[in-house]
Amino acid sequence: MVRYRPEGLEDSFAAEADAPAAAPVAVPAIGVVGWLRWTWRQLTSMRVALLLLMLLAVAAVPGTMFPQRAQDATKVTRYLADHTTSGPWLDRLGFFDVYASVWFSAIYILLFVSLVGCILPRTKVHLSALRGRPPRTPRRFARFPAQGEGSSEDDPEAVVRAAAAVLRRPWLPLWPRYRVDVRDEGAGAWSVSAERGYLRETGNLVFHLALVGLLISVATGQMLHYRGQAIVVQGNGFANSVVRYDSFEQGTAFDPASLEPFTMQLDEFESRFDPVTLNPRDFTAHVTLTEPGQDPEKRTIKVNHPLDVDGAKVYLQGNGYAPQIEVRDASGKIAGGGKVPFLPQNQQYTSRGVIKVPSVSGDQDQIGIVGYLLPTAKQVDATTWQSIYPQPGNPLLVLTVWHGNLGLDTGVPQNVYELDESRMTQSVDANGDPVTLYVKLGETVELPDGLGSLTFSALPRFVALDLRYDPTLTYVLVFAVLAFLGLATSLFAPRRRIWVRAAPEGGRTVVTAAGLARGDDVGLQPELDRILAATLPETPDRPAGRRPDQLTTTQETP
Amino acid sequence: MNLGDLSTLLVWAAATTFTVSLIAYTVDMARIAEQAQRRVPAAVPARVGAGAGGPVSAVAGSADEAAPSRSRRAEGIARSTHYLGVALLLGGIVTRGLAAGRWPTANMYEFTLVGVFVATLVLAIVQRRRIIPFISVLVMGLSVLSLALALLKFYVEAEAVQPALQSYWLIIHVGVAITATGVFTVAFAASVLQVLRDGRENAHSHLVTPWSRADGLRQTFAGWAVTGPRFAWLEQVPDARRLEAMAFRLNAVGFVLWTFTLIGGAIWAEHAWGRYWGWDPKEIGTFVAWVVYAAYLHARTTRGWSGRRAAYFVFVGYAVVLANFTVVNLVVTGKHSYSGL
Ligand code: HEM
Repeated sequence: MVRYRPEGLEDSFAAEADAPAAAPVAVPAIGVVGWLRWTWRQLTSMRVALLLLMLLAVAAVPGTMFPQRAQDATKVTRYLADHTTSGPWLDRLGFFDVYASVWFSAIYILLFVSLVGCILPRTKVHLSALRGRPPRTPRRFARFPAQGEGSSEDDPEAVVRAAAAVLRRPWLPLWPRYRVDVRDEGAGAWSVSAERGYLRETGNLVFHLALVGLLISVATGQMLHYRGQAIVVQGNGFANSVVRYDSFEQGTAFDPASLEPFTMQLDEFESRFDPVTLNPRDFTAHVTLTEPGQDPEKRTIKVNHPLDVDGAKVYLQGNGYAPQIEVRDASGKIAGGGKVPFLPQNQQYTSRGVIKVPSVSGDQDQIGIVGYLLPTAKQVDATTWQSIYPQPGNPLLVLTVWHGNLGLDTGVPQNVYELDESRMTQSVDANGDPVTLYVKLGETVELPDGLGSLTFSALPRFVALDLRYDPTLTYVLVFAVLAFLGLATSLFAPRRRIWVRAAPEGGRTVVTAAGLARGDDVGLQPELDRILAATLPETPDRPAGRRPDQLTTTQETP
Repeated sequence: MNLGDLSTLLVWAAATTFTVSLIAYTVDMARIAEQAQRRVPAAVPARVGAGAGGPVSAVAGSADEAAPSRSRRAEGIARSTHYLGVALLLGGIVTRGLAAGRWPTANMYEFTLVGVFVATLVLAIVQRRRIIPFISVLVMGLSVLSLALALLKFYVEAEAVQPALQSYWLIIHVGVAITATGVFTVAFAASVLQVLRDGRENAHSHLVTPWSRADGLRQTFAGWAVTGPRFAWLEQVPDARRLEAMAFRLNAVGFVLWTFTLIGGAIWAEHAWGRYWGWDPKEIGTFVAWVVYAAYLHARTTRGWSGRRAAYFVFVGYAVVLANFTVVNLVVTGKHSYSGL
């Protein structure tokens, strides 16, 4: 049989360990091959696996201590601005992209190389063990951790056959506990050797191999996936194409053709809040989905219940109001506005937004309007209003006005939720204070400085949708579940060997038994005792076996 | 009085009962220590030479004998208050769930209640035949401390939860995570005791072997060497091999539950946040703890690392589990900021 054991593994059947101790790491033969072999042997050793696991745990920690680009890029920018000396160094060393950094990747890749190097040979050994017979009964039992003895009036073969029957007794119907092999040892002696717990090694191998499968699936998903975020306003449609997304991210092997060309429209958005704490209780988006070549369908999207469109999933990630606004310029022509999403800033949905009005007629100044939407506004004092409830009870826009150049044609991409004020002036009143406009739903107000007028005509909702496609999800799940099942089996199935020998001696049959387990196993001796007791029901003279370590204690006076 | 108030009252009652139980367990252990010290009068010299087995290694069977030094009264009180406390706490958890109209594992207060419930229940199961000194005191001590912290610092009114938490995964994922934490707690106590007992069996103590750089410190604490008379009670506990087996079994159960937590969390994250893994602080903490416990399982089977050294991994792993619950919830912000504080 093939023998393979990772360097340093000490879970072998305990007594094998006192066979020639694992050869000391030989001084490598000079030459490249020798070195390579030595390195491989080290890499696939238990000690290195242990070291790499601990390194992996340590290396994962900085991700909680430093902001991470993948999670929150603005926080990283802020950190870099606050730490001008240490920041760039940390950045160079990858502390803001820990999980994509060279050192983190090196650790887990080495770990997985070690794992494969370790697991493949073990699988081979295990497969041949599954086909083989339990190891033959050793001549002497003295060195085994569990022992027992007894005697019987029956002849040896009958005793051994009885023991074999006990050992074979099923654990589940049709699933014997032990694999059993009865042998005639000659000179009237018989023995049975039995082994159980192949499932332990099977589970262990399944677990490790599933981890490899998991890693491969995740990596494949990284290459094939895409993910986009879009804001969809009530009444407006959304067509699934790269250009329609506010942000879009894709794997290196992403194929634009994998974008399913569906369209979707937000019909209605429902929300419920706890009246006292204002904590959200329910969000539901009612949408109409049209897949190519099919009839439009009414669907809903809720948190925890994404919408599945042909393998792509649409998540409800956020919501808010998109007040419908028309801005007319000084000449009375509609120059801008529309349904402008305002982003909620707090529990009361006080929302901030920017209205950019670039297409004014003639050579008038461009207009930029910034301010807040208060869904249920309540006046606190002469100039202060506050939102007290997230639902639209008394909607009010509180705005200030800028004019000048919006800077949209500078070629630098602009954030639609920020106003670049560098080339604009704010409208002020006679005292030099900024002019504040208060606009109720349905009202029209004059803009200051004769810039035109603004109408707040409706208050539709918007939803922030997150669309994600990853064809490997099923594989990831399957491998994760396999790993879990393999682990559970390997941890709770003991691996044991039991031998029972019966030999004629002075007209009686003397029975001896021994047990061996993989690793330290406190349940071994009790099991051996149980088996002996079931085989030799009437043995009055001697309690079933004792562990050798107890034989040496003071209680056992000869 | 509404259900929410009743729940709080029951939790207070449980905390009080557990405190009595803790005192009784401590008295029991003190009694054992006292008797053990008397029975081995100066037999263990303060300084045990390296290699000298000492008188302690010959007591492998003693843990099986009925220990005459135990205080029956204290044990009776400890046990009955322990069971009563578990029942009261269960009542507190159930009424809390009824008051909130949902499964009671949605904020730190509730996590702590359920975690303590599992830990004390597992302790009761582990000790169904015999009280194991130290493990009982350590687990009960941690439980009383956690309940006090929960009632005084983490308490929030019972209410329904936000949409992201409205999922059956709140029951599966969070429930299993807390159960795992409860199991790890008892396992940790078993591992600590294993290391202490192992130190005594093998006459291994850092305090009695020369330790040149901190000699002053060493002398100050020399009386606290596990090999010294103060730790004679260790002879009344199961031997290190049995404790190892017990700690392993508990840790293995905890680890399997933790693996489930990790996978369940990923599935839930896929539903709720649109990605199964995103290196959120809580995810990192769970991952790190998982890897450390995996390292523990490897260490057990690595030559030179089994036994006492493997137990050190349990200490690290348990510390990570606790930090993942406290530090990550209270200090770091991430997607898991559902602690309710
Ligand atoms: C991603 C890396 C790895 C992880 C997460 C991992 C995890 C685990 C876990 C959880 C167990 C416990 C199951 C049990 O005790 O039966 C285990 C067992 C084992 N692992 Fe790994 N492992 C990894 C890599 C490796 C490598 C590189 C090796 C080889 C050098 C290895 C060899 C073993 C062996 C021999 C066992 C069996 C121990 C026993 O029979 O109890 N593992 N592993």
